[in-house]
Amino acid sequence: MSEEPDLHFDTEGIKKKFMFLNRKAPYGTVYALEILEMVLISAAFEQHACITFVDDGVYQIVKGHDTKALNMKNFSPMYGVIEMEKEDADGDEDEDMVWRIIVEKESMEARGLTADNFSIDVEVLSSAELADVIEDMDVVLGG
Amino acid sequence: MLHMMNKSPFERNSLDSMIRLSKKGSPVLLLEDGVYAATKGTTVADQVTAMVGDHAVYVLGPDLQARAIGEDRLLDGVTVVDYGGFVDLVVEHGTTQSWL
Amino acid sequence: MAYEVNGQTIEHDEEGYITDITQWVPELAGIIAKEEEVDLTDEHWEVIKFLREYYDEYQIAPAIRVLVKAVKKKLGPERGSNKYLYELFPYGPAKQACKIAGLPKPTGCI
Repeated sequence: MSEEPDLHFDTEGIKKKFMFLNRKAPYGTVYALEILEMVLISAAFEQHACITFVDDGVYQIVKGHDTKALNMKNFSPMYGVIEMEKEDADGDEDEDMVWRIIVEKESMEARGLTADNFSIDVEVLSSAELADVIEDMDVVLGG
Repeated sequence: MLHMMNKSPFERNSLDSMIRLSKKGSPVLLLEDGVYAATKGTTVADQVTAMVGDHAVYVLGPDLQARAIGEDRLLDGVTVVDYGGFVDLVVEHGTTQSWL
Repeated sequence: MAYEVNGQTIEHDEEGYITDITQWVPELAGIIAKEEEVDLTDEHWEVIKFLREYYDEYQIAPAIRVLVKAVKKKLGPERGSNKYLYELFPYGPAKQACKIAGLPKPTGCI
């Protein structure tokens, strides 16, 4: 455990389009946190990334989570890191890296939510628009 | 992009989400409890029949047999594949998305 | 297993990470650093301060490259490197600096 293996991944020059598709509500199952950790780790590999929230996944980014009484970690603030990574990707002129944070309009509206309910800035796309984005991906990961 | 669904359409919304978010023309594979979606006479039969119009829809044979679903009970236009056919689909389409 | 600071007992795990991160006080950094054989300078404190502020906002330790970038901004380009951070914290800016800053052990290696 304490021994650090000497691993070297040469990912330079390899750039793929990854989508992280969030479909589950937070706290009830472990999907949301697992996908979030996957996104944060993948940021180090400088790939294109679409972080997408559909179905109950839209509940992950609703403002105002308070898990103190549940005695669980409130991982809501961690989505702020994704927002920061996106700003980084947007601002880096040398790189052609693209990060997008997408919410499906139909899922959002079905749950009585608007973009104002979210703790981070998102792009709201219709199902048809999102289907096009999904089709364009090299890798889709999610649950 | 190959879309795969392995959950019963009567248990959760995976079928609805897959139909909404899969682009017309991309193939669909139903497996495990997802195979129930391909049967006749259900409340989702109309939805799946419409899906057959927009997508090539495959269903995994071993999962049908295990659940005592004869091919005569499948909706028209659904194609049964074995494990070899499953592998061919994945190889042919490269990218997959599983609707859990 | 515990640290003693100003007569207060602060529990830690077998690797020295404090178990209740709300108990951290600046004096504790000095005590942990001593056990790690690190002499805390102003440069160390800049890193500790950044780690704590980042954790406070995002509830997670920053990735190394985020830390490098922040140090670069604060202390100048010649210090914004992995090498510089390893000079400050020889056992790794993530693991060792987080321990001194009173944060949980980072789960990832990056």
